[in-house]
Amino acid sequence: MSLGIIIGWIFHSRKKFLKLTGYLTNWAIYLLLFLLGISVGANEKIIANFDKIGFQAISLTLFAVGGSILFSWAVYHIFFRKK
Amino acid sequence: MKGSLIILAFFVAGVITGIYRFLPGQIFQTDYSLYALYLLMFLVGIGIGSNKKALTLIKEVNFKILLVPLSVITGTYIGVSVFSLVQSNLNLPDSLAVGSGFGYYSLSSVLITELSNETLGVIALLSNITREIITLLLTPVFARYFGKLAPIASGGATAMDTTLPVITKYIGSDYAIISVFSGVVLTILVPFLIEIIL
Repeated sequence: MSLGIIIGWIFHSRKKFLKLTGYLTNWAIYLLLFLLGISVGANEKIIANFDKIGFQAISLTLFAVGGSILFSWAVYHIFFRKK
Repeated sequence: MKGSLIILAFFVAGVITGIYRFLPGQIFQTDYSLYALYLLMFLVGIGIGSNKKALTLIKEVNFKILLVPLSVITGTYIGVSVFSLVQSNLNLPDSLAVGSGFGYYSLSSVLITELSNETLGVIALLSNITREIITLLLTPVFARYFGKLAPIASGGATAMDTTLPVITKYIGSDYAIISVFSGVVLTILVPFLIEIIL
């Protein structure tokens, strides 16, 4: 990542280069998600238990994410937004 | 929304490939995700380096940047505590421990399996993978309705690597440093927080 920062700093004025980087970033995201999917699908422990404990896990996550988003929303409005 | 659907399609394709082993067994033994991550970090690095606002932001924000990981922890614990009250399967310490993964599913699931039991470990794995997936899919929505810190909060520890590209895409490269900072702090804290709770 440090190497990327240095390269980005050197080439920051070249629009075509930046456009290509954005395009590659998208495809790297797709690749990573595909690979995450493979490891989830190939893990028998996850697939076998998904119906039983999956619901618990997902509902807990919804509360965790909901709480953190609402709290950070307040922090954003109080400390960050007025700049 | 179109971006999220494309992402979901790739994920589902991956799950199906994994279940039915469409690809040769060799692919399951090598962790290609790591190399994909390296590539992503490099590309995100270019994004940060080419954004002149990034350095200005970190100078202006200084102490305020510490509030971000702190609010992620506080918000997560509030949400998880409410969860432990509305259902009866998981008690408060167990719920807090799972929540303390902040999306860092590999480490949190192993640690929780060790410190507690395997079932809770699998819950931690599923829950924290879900946190990462929710962040990847809903970042555009979060950024639009809950401010620029919301995707960072949702991403938790993953805000420094796996979810960083999508977060950066929707809240801007100038906030990438805050995202990385928050992710790094949470990643470091995950093992300590889990150990304190269990």
